[in-house]
Amino acid sequence: MADATNKILVLYAHPSQERSEINKPLFRATQQQENVTAIDLYAEYPTFRINIDKEQQQLRDHDVIIFMFPLYWYSTPAILKEWQDLVLEYDFAYGANGNALEGKTFMCAISAGGSETAYQADGYNHFTLRELLQPLEQTARLTGMTYLAPFALFCARSAFEENRLQSHIEDWQRILLALSNGTLDIAQATTLPKLNGNLNTLIKD
Amino acid sequence: MTAYFIQAFIYLSAAVIAVPLAKRLGLGSVLGYLIAGVVIGPIAGLVGSETSTLQHFAEFGVVMMLFLVGLELEPRMLWNMRHKLIGLGGLQVGLSTLVVMGIAFAFGFNWSISLTVGMIFSLSSTAIVLQTFNEKNLTKTEGGKNAFSVLLFQDIAVIPMLALIPLLALPELIAKAQSAAATAAEHHEEISLVAGLPGWAYGIVVLLAIAIVVVGGHYLSRPLFRYVASSKLREIFTAAALMLVIGIAALMSLVGLSPALGTFLAGVVLANSEFRHELESVIEPFKGLLLGLFFITVGAGIDFDVLASNIAPVMTMTLGVILIKVTVLLLLAMIFKIKNSDRWLFALSLAQAGEFGFVLLSYTVQNHVIPVDLAQILSLVVALSMFLTPGLFILFDKVILPRYEQTENTRAPDVIDEKGTVIIAGVGRFGQIVNRLLVTNGFKTVVLDHEAQQVENLRKINTKSFYGDATQPDLLHTAGIAEAKMLVIAIDNPDRAVELTEYIKHTYPNVIVLARAFDRSSLYRLRKAGADFMVSETFHSALQLGKHALTKLGVHPFKAEQQRAIFFETEMAHKDTLYESWKMFAEDDKHIVHYRDMFIQLEETLSAAMKDERYRSFSKMARGWTPPPKENHTVFSKSEAD
Repeated sequence: MADATNKILVLYAHPSQERSEINKPLFRATQQQENVTAIDLYAEYPTFRINIDKEQQQLRDHDVIIFMFPLYWYSTPAILKEWQDLVLEYDFAYGANGNALEGKTFMCAISAGGSETAYQADGYNHFTLRELLQPLEQTARLTGMTYLAPFALFCARSAFEENRLQSHIEDWQRILLALSNGTLDIAQATTLPKLNGNLNTLIKD
Repeated sequence: MTAYFIQAFIYLSAAVIAVPLAKRLGLGSVLGYLIAGVVIGPIAGLVGSETSTLQHFAEFGVVMMLFLVGLELEPRMLWNMRHKLIGLGGLQVGLSTLVVMGIAFAFGFNWSISLTVGMIFSLSSTAIVLQTFNEKNLTKTEGGKNAFSVLLFQDIAVIPMLALIPLLALPELIAKAQSAAATAAEHHEEISLVAGLPGWAYGIVVLLAIAIVVVGGHYLSRPLFRYVASSKLREIFTAAALMLVIGIAALMSLVGLSPALGTFLAGVVLANSEFRHELESVIEPFKGLLLGLFFITVGAGIDFDVLASNIAPVMTMTLGVILIKVTVLLLLAMIFKIKNSDRWLFALSLAQAGEFGFVLLSYTVQNHVIPVDLAQILSLVVALSMFLTPGLFILFDKVILPRYEQTENTRAPDVIDEKGTVIIAGVGRFGQIVNRLLVTNGFKTVVLDHEAQQVENLRKINTKSFYGDATQPDLLHTAGIAEAKMLVIAIDNPDRAVELTEYIKHTYPNVIVLARAFDRSSLYRLRKAGADFMVSETFHSALQLGKHALTKLGVHPFKAEQQRAIFFETEMAHKDTLYESWKMFAEDDKHIVHYRDMFIQLEETLSAAMKDERYRSFSKMARGWTPPPKENHTVFSKSEAD
């Protein structure tokens, strides 16, 4: 990653925000952060008519691209898939002249209902979260972006009641700050199963 | 006749000069009228003995005011406020009356005079307080809301007080009056239906009269107003409204009841009616003028000789009254847990005596409860306490509020107990749908329409709607435009929609205006007038139908939907340039060519955008889900998309 002040683009997708307990406060905190452009995709495109030119320009203007969403059927909510289908065009993101995303960094910030033990080979979800996100990891690779491990909150349905939300938000703010000022250990961040839990070794001072 | 003209001119010009001046100085209109009265009466001597006759006439303003108070009181709202109204209001009136009465009694007045004085000083000035709250934006604060419920209780309490006062008449005053004024006898022998009736018959007549007001108001007024409204003559509606109020006042007087009580009842009965706002806006100016006249006559009636010779007692009593009222109010605020600066706002705002004090005073004198000389001093006290009210508000603003501001900024925000009201002007085919969407989502709307039939139909399906011309500023005012968050203009007359937009954006710049446009040029005119959002009434439905046409012609439904969206987006992308060239063309015919060119250009862009994505080098609009090219496939083997 480049030196100080990387610009971060957070694309947030949550189709029923009046019910959101985790993502909405996390997105609010994201909006407060410096050097972060935080976009609520469902607010921007309530009819799914995504403005391709505008989104591509936004990608060009940022160094770090983050998808923030609740995990729906082991994948993103629909609008983020639509966004990929429309915005990551031939000759923009891939193809002979498609190098607009090269050298950027990509990651996901996810909330998942199941416990971390469920997301294991012997758990009922059978795959780890990082394995399930492989289509996104491959998309990042094909478009020349560095793929970081996901920042994830498991057992999201009870996080608020169990007072895990606040520390989760604080961790997230630390990661955003480290991403923007270049103090995140990228080499380590690409190999971990998930980002949170190792922040003290992951962030250089 | 000439004399009448001259007199009327003096009164009106005094009001016209003094009231705006007083308002500008932050004193409020009531004080303006009082000062105007003082100037033309005791100071300049322009008016004289006729003021007391005029005052009786002007008291009819109070009757109208109670009709309006009644109109504001939907039975349901009254019920919701019952705890504050009875608890807070009842205790305020009761305690203040008792304390003042006790002090008066201690000074050697007999108990009936003491009680009357207590009642007079327990009331506050609805006119001054509500107006000041409005001017200073305090209506929605905790203190403001509580003060309002106390004022409301006082307004209602006046009615039993008016009934009670004649029972307190002093025998020696009556005797004096009877022997001294034989001429007054004919004045007292008013037309009466109940003179000489035995007690039981009197009771029946009274109950009958009240029943006529309630039942008649409920069942007969609607057909009457509907009939009048169908004539589409506004002045006949005004005549009907006045006829109603005056008729009820006459009926009540005939059976020896208070006209104010009767019109108040009629007001409550009509509070749920669709004609409520129209009635308010029609009666309001009459009430305002008559009350103004009433205040002027009070000012003109102030006797400076009495004031000069009693300056010390008048000042002491005024300060005493304010002190007693503030103490009682602070005590109640503590009991009812009104906190911080709201507690002081509540206490200081209601500390004066009010206009009903004058009404009660003149009524007590008529009924021989209080001797005239005492009444003169008391009315000076009432007036002086009203004069001092702006000072109390300044005290609140400058001294008390800053002390609390720091602590209050850290506390949690107030609970918002009502969502910003939306006023929907015009509820025909268009406004109706908007209203249904808002209401089913739990937003409070007030719906206005000038078709009485339409309003009636909506009421049948439980839509809260009112009859009236929504482009009349006074009707909008009574519908609450000053506090509204949003106005939806869905009336079918394009010119009036534009005028209305201009008026609202000029007078209430904070109200969001969403407008229905008839066609392209009316859309531009609405935009120029300052509307926040406008939509052509036929645009979206035509596009919807066009989309179905495409589908029936064999275009895939999803593709047809995309084409519809592209059409809309192209139109939106050009709206600013088209608007600008329309503006030039509207100012100057020469630009018609430019406007036409812009329009042709829009059509070209549109057809290009509609072309298949194979032609996308011509148009960047028709993109989406584009596969990588077929040739050179091997080079792009890394593509996931093909």
